[in-house]
Amino acid sequence: MQRIYMDHSATTPLDEEVLEVMLPYLREIHGNPSSVHVFGSEARKGLNEAREKVAAALGASSPEEIIFTSGATESNNIAIQGVARALSSRGRHIITSSIEHHAVLDTVKYLGQIGFEVTFLPVDQYGMVDPDELAENITEDTILVSIMAANNEIGTIQPFEKIGEICRERGVYFHTDAVQAIGYLPFNLKEQPVDMLSLSAHKFYGPKGIGALYCRKGTKIRQLCFGGAQERKIRPGTENLPGIVGLGRAIELATTDIENRSRNLAALRDRLIRGLLEIEDIRLNGHPQKRLPGNVNVSVLYVEGESLLLDLDLKGVAASSGSACTSGSLDPSHVLMAIGLDHQTAQGSLRLSLGKSNTVAEIDYTVKCLKEIVERLRKMSPVLKK
Amino acid sequence: MMYNEKVMDHFQNPRNVGEIDSPSGVGEVGNMRCGDIMKIYIKVEDNIIKDIKFLTFGCGAAIASSSVLTEMVKNKTIDEALAITNNDVAEELGGLPAAKLHCSNLAADALHNAIKDYKEKNNIP
Ligand SMILES: Cc1ncc(COP(=O)(O)O)c(C=O)c1O
Ligand SMILES: [Zn+2]
Repeated sequence: MQRIYMDHSATTPLDEEVLEVMLPYLREIHGNPSSVHVFGSEARKGLNEAREKVAAALGASSPEEIIFTSGATESNNIAIQGVARALSSRGRHIITSSIEHHAVLDTVKYLGQIGFEVTFLPVDQYGMVDPDELAENITEDTILVSIMAANNEIGTIQPFEKIGEICRERGVYFHTDAVQAIGYLPFNLKEQPVDMLSLSAHKFYGPKGIGALYCRKGTKIRQLCFGGAQERKIRPGTENLPGIVGLGRAIELATTDIENRSRNLAALRDRLIRGLLEIEDIRLNGHPQKRLPGNVNVSVLYVEGESLLLDLDLKGVAASSGSACTSGSLDPSHVLMAIGLDHQTAQGSLRLSLGKSNTVAEIDYTVKCLKEIVERLRKMSPVLKK
Repeated sequence: MMYNEKVMDHFQNPRNVGEIDSPSGVGEVGNMRCGDIMKIYIKVEDNIIKDIKFLTFGCGAAIASSSVLTEMVKNKTIDEALAITNNDVAEELGGLPAAKLHCSNLAADALHNAIKDYKEKNNIP
């Protein structure tokens, strides 16, 4: 049976070209970049080159603004907790949105428990934050705003530059979780009003367990971990050099020819959406236009998401769902609840996230399978009024 | 796959799906926690469950436990059926992942509700 991968928002396969540049760092180049000898300088060279690549891909002013981490979870924690700790004597108010990834949401919630004041901005039915509402919520006490560039579940792209401008005018730091946006939205951080940005390599065909935090020069941030002098002491610890080198190559590839790749992927996405919307009683979740080119998220009424996933898996198609039965937490996705879905509609959610391996034939096969699957499951449904 | 073969068999080939025309009893339960919903129809003759059907809105564990329950109950007496617990259902399936046990906890409850409905309709204490 053919295997079709439509879960690229969860993670992506490692690009062959990325693997190639990593291999020497898993074999012969084993030195510690902090060492004085030739082994060290060889490793240091790889580290520096990767840092330059990430800085160039993001349009940063200087490679020093790139801090390597173990991934976006850590980047988000360092950015948010780091600013909170550095600025707690100046202010204690933090603003975020209600549809952030848990790596942001739970970090901010934790700060709420230890004496910070937190505002969770609501979103509209498409998952959009209202910049005016953000402006109204900034007070004298606000030190940080963290709003994601694009949502991992419903693909909605936020007006993050507008948000950043507001933050800059008001003298508040702006952090954005750009994990899902890398490779699809162009960044030029020299020009854009973003103080901190998080990314993870495995979301754009790089290795897992490596990421970065862009931290604009002069941003006040206090380290969470203590140790060596690596990564400007903001993230001490001997570097994951194979990962870092892989990240450098992966982001270089991901940010080359963004426009063409995004257009082609969006064409596949729209074909999939059109096909799925032929099914009765199905709705598109997220924004009709301002969405990631690879993201499709629908709710199939009268059926539950995990059963959709199982049936799809049996036909070789890998996808995901925001259903409570798949989350392990017994609650349906907070993102789907925040855009106003009722419990049952959130239960029937299905995310198909496309990537560079997907073809038109795979899209058409998936649509055909889903039509059969939905019909089968609806025959069993007690909530479908016959 | 997160489920064992028997669970997947019941999920893929659920037994006794549907409704019963003029049933002796109907029981419905909704899971307050995850949102799964299960509906069981029974036909009782001479104190024996002659026919049973189900409709389920839910995950693989919920669908499989409804299906296996209908097999466990068919041609059993009312008292035998009442003795079946949610635990028995999960065991009959050869076990479920711990995180999914609550999803199977509806099947026996829905059955017991259907029996209660039957007894009420027929003034059986
Ligand atoms: C929007 C977003 N932020 C953060 C993360 C966390 O990334 P990682 O698991 O690589 O740390 C993810 C990955 O699921 C994500 O989609
Ligand atoms: Zn369930």
